[in-house]
Amino acid sequence: MSDLEPDQQCDRFAIHAAGLTRYFGDQLVVDRLDFCIPKGKVTALLGLNGAGKTTTIRMAMGLLDPTRGECRTLGENSRELSTRTLQRIGYLVEGHYLPGWMRVSALERFARSGRAHWDADRFRSLIEHFRIRSDQRVGRLSRGQRAGVSLACVLAADPELLILDDPALGLDPVSRRALNEALVEFAGGTTRQGAARTVLLSTHLIDDVERIADDIAVMIGGRLLVHTSLANFTTRVGRWMLHVDESGVSARFHRELHGLVEARRACGHWELCIANGDADIKAQIARALEVGGGEANASIEQMETSLNDLVIAYLSTEGSESFREANEHVGA
Amino acid sequence: MVAIHITTGSNTPIFQQIVAQVRAAIASGRWKVGDPLPSVRSLAKELVVNHNTVAKAYKQLLQDGLIDSHQGRGYFVAKRREIYTKAERVRRVRKLVQPLVSEAITLGLSSDEIVSLLKQELGKLRQSDE
Repeated sequence: MSDLEPDQQCDRFAIHAAGLTRYFGDQLVVDRLDFCIPKGKVTALLGLNGAGKTTTIRMAMGLLDPTRGECRTLGENSRELSTRTLQRIGYLVEGHYLPGWMRVSALERFARSGRAHWDADRFRSLIEHFRIRSDQRVGRLSRGQRAGVSLACVLAADPELLILDDPALGLDPVSRRALNEALVEFAGGTTRQGAARTVLLSTHLIDDVERIADDIAVMIGGRLLVHTSLANFTTRVGRWMLHVDESGVSARFHRELHGLVEARRACGHWELCIANGDADIKAQIARALEVGGGEANASIEQMETSLNDLVIAYLSTEGSESFREANEHVGA
Repeated sequence: MVAIHITTGSNTPIFQQIVAQVRAAIASGRWKVGDPLPSVRSLAKELVVNHNTVAKAYKQLLQDGLIDSHQGRGYFVAKRREIYTKAERVRRVRKLVQPLVSEAITLGLSSDEIVSLLKQELGKLRQSDE
């Protein structure tokens, strides 16, 4: 399937996937993804291990061919990215190989060879930011410093599109902060040619997402269930608390709720997490209670919830039919 | 001059945390009319947050009439002006007073004690104003 016209929408989107699908043997890992990563934004790709994030990223980078569907990266088919386009992309994957015997200065020379542009000042300021000296051997650096030197190699090439696959995995809090600082500053600027920078970042660290991302995309079981702004996500995915007379209401009343993510009973009340673009969730809960034999005037309150709690509730869903249907509303 | 602290994992979105702290700094007189605010980029860098988040907070503060923007010169604490009707201002404050009163009563404070606490807080603001 190839729904995309050449260069269609490439002005607005850094990555544009249509029906992107990948099998490994008979195992379906990425299942008909349609998404557009807007230019100039930081998009966080979230999902449990095995949700298909890395496979998606590898297809967008042209490191892996899709079984079906197509991905256009900076306007080009990802199966055949030109060197010119690859020069505009920075790719950083956690724990990728760095030659330990090299000194940082030699690694810089190695990294800049073949690059159309190299910002030596940025490289220097980034390694200083991670407290690295250029005469240090790469093999002697701490894990956080190795992440810093990898990031410096990628950012000094002034990429327009930066793709990071779990860059903070295993980093201590100080290195993580240094990484976030570097990313915030980088994403807020423009390239030498004045193009807005785009960042796609896969991660499990919701606190970092809250700080640095504009948009979030959530993958569950190879499918993309949500792709929207952080603000929209927290508005439309909500936790609700219900005080209701237990005796009168069916224990399964919540099955009727459109977009239910999670329902649990806790000391005399119900806690529901609902993801639904429809505005009146409260009325929906009241109706479901009535159908379930309870009182429609039970107390129903929206609870204040952190992004972290919402994402955890969202990711732990079984992905029920009603949840999937409703989440078409939550999409961008 | 920036004394804004961001907590991630909180129930309050980051842009609202920025708005609330700038409002508090202006209300307490720590930031005075005409004082410059940090630029969007420098505050984003300082707080380690996405610059669009800071821009969103500033947009809200502009809408609320608490700050002004001067093309090319940045953002400044605005002269106090009423952008809401009296009724709306009362409604906004009442929303905050209600939970305060119910918490105080639940904890067994008397009416006089509640009023005296409010007066103490007002007194603190006046002191910092002087």
